Amino acid sequence: MMKTKTSVKNAQTEYVRKIKRRQFLIRLYQILIFITFLFLWEYTAKHGIINDFIFCCPSKLFATFVSMLKDGSLLHHIGITLYETLIGFVIVILGSLGMATLFWWNQTLSKVLEPYLVILNALPKSALAPVLIVWLGANKTTIIVCACSVAIFGSILNLYTGFISVDADKIKLIKTLKGSRFQCLKLVVLPSNVPNIISIMKVNIGLCLVGVVIGEFLAAREGLGYLIIYGSQTFKMSNVLLSILILCVIAMLLYTLLQHIEKKLAEYF
Amino acid sequence: MKKLGIPLLEFFNVNYSYHTISCETQTLKDISFKLNKNEFISFVGPSGCGKTTLLNLTAGLLPLSSGAIRINGKPREESDVNIGYMLQKDHLLEWRTIYRNLTLGLEIQKKKDASHIEMMEELLKTYGLWDFRNAYPRQLSGGMRQRAALIRTLALSPEILLLDEPFSALDYQTRLNVSNDIGSIIKEKGISTLLVTHDLAEAISMADKVIVLSKRPGTIKSIIPIEFGDNRRTPESARNAPEFNKYYNQIWEAIHDENEDFS
Repeated sequence: MMKTKTSVKNAQTEYVRKIKRRQFLIRLYQILIFITFLFLWEYTAKHGIINDFIFCCPSKLFATFVSMLKDGSLLHHIGITLYETLIGFVIVILGSLGMATLFWWNQTLSKVLEPYLVILNALPKSALAPVLIVWLGANKTTIIVCACSVAIFGSILNLYTGFISVDADKIKLIKTLKGSRFQCLKLVVLPSNVPNIISIMKVNIGLCLVGVVIGEFLAAREGLGYLIIYGSQTFKMSNVLLSILILCVIAMLLYTLLQHIEKKLAEYF
Repeated sequence: MKKLGIPLLEFFNVNYSYHTISCETQTLKDISFKLNKNEFISFVGPSGCGKTTLLNLTAGLLPLSSGAIRINGKPREESDVNIGYMLQKDHLLEWRTIYRNLTLGLEIQKKKDASHIEMMEELLKTYGLWDFRNAYPRQLSGGMRQRAALIRTLALSPEILLLDEPFSALDYQTRLNVSNDIGSIIKEKGISTLLVTHDLAEAISMADKVIVLSKRPGTIKSIIPIEFGDNRRTPESARNAPEFNKYYNQIWEAIHDENEDFS
């Protein structure tokens, strides 16, 4: 009896050990790939195998990072880009929630406007950016509008699809309890779409960042997009690559943040 | 003031059709019947004969094509009688606790006062869900969820209860238990009930009358009063009563005729 119990316990610890070991190895390989990449880059640049004027190298990148951090310019540019992205993101989320609700309320209106939305969504928004500069000027408004234009149309379409695919019987339930249309929206449609809203947010935070960088390419004197375009024109490749690296980190952090919120909410939905 | 002698619910020559681009389909034809206070009527009939439509019409979810429905002697639209409707699935909202699911109706109708809450909590305790009041629906078994859905409906103290195959999603064992529970609550509270079901045994065991509907467009084929010697019957005792089989065969025959016509 005792013997069986211990062996069961051993099998369990063995299993847990195996899983943990596997997770550890995955993380280890991920880090190794990154280090190998940095090492190869540095090595080939130092020995003239690649041209470090064009391709830059990790040590130069780090030196630029430290010097820009010291004079405060890096944080300034990051701050501008983040600010524009978040404003755009908030506008996109609120705007598409509002529009999707309106379309849910008035489905004739949604049918009328649907082809226009589909066209606007399919349009490459970078084509719009030069027009926006002419109309709105080279300023932050243009950049934020640019960010919104990239994300909002798809976001409205997705949200609306989520709204109308709510279980019809749940709506019927609210009606049998003598609930109004507004109560259907508040008690069933919106809450049952929370997971959908979160996944749309995850897509849109990335799209807003894209929109801001496009806008900054064309219409800015500050921000990471500006740093990239200015750096490439003056052959300061370390500025360009550093900005791209920071954009990667920002995108990852914003995504992780939303994923974290999603996990918290997943317990309830 | 309720006038004595007036049935709680009356259908007068009710017709219902729905329209699609290609055609008009009649689902109910010339339906007339009465539901008295404290009475339990079961509807049986082939699939698509408009049984659910009949409940939807009573609840005011659909407009009549012609005819009239009177509740307590008044036209349906003017009546203030509370009608409870239980659907096939429980449709508990997954993001609300059981307790907050059960107050949903009270919340919607702005009746979250002490007396209604107290009554609801009493029901929760009676049906063994009190300990689960802070749980989420997915943590409950099928039978418990259906009981919760019943309490949600009863919390509004309905005078008429509409049951649309409320047990069909449950396994056989649970189904018997839940229908027993619901049968006894309905008797005890004196709620008048319309039940729609495919299960003849269920229809007979709970009802005072069984109405057999024909295939589409649904018309009333026969009204069969169910009477057992024992007047303190429960659905369970009804199933074991000697008359049970007689009724079962009688109703089976009525439906069977229908299928003959169909082929």
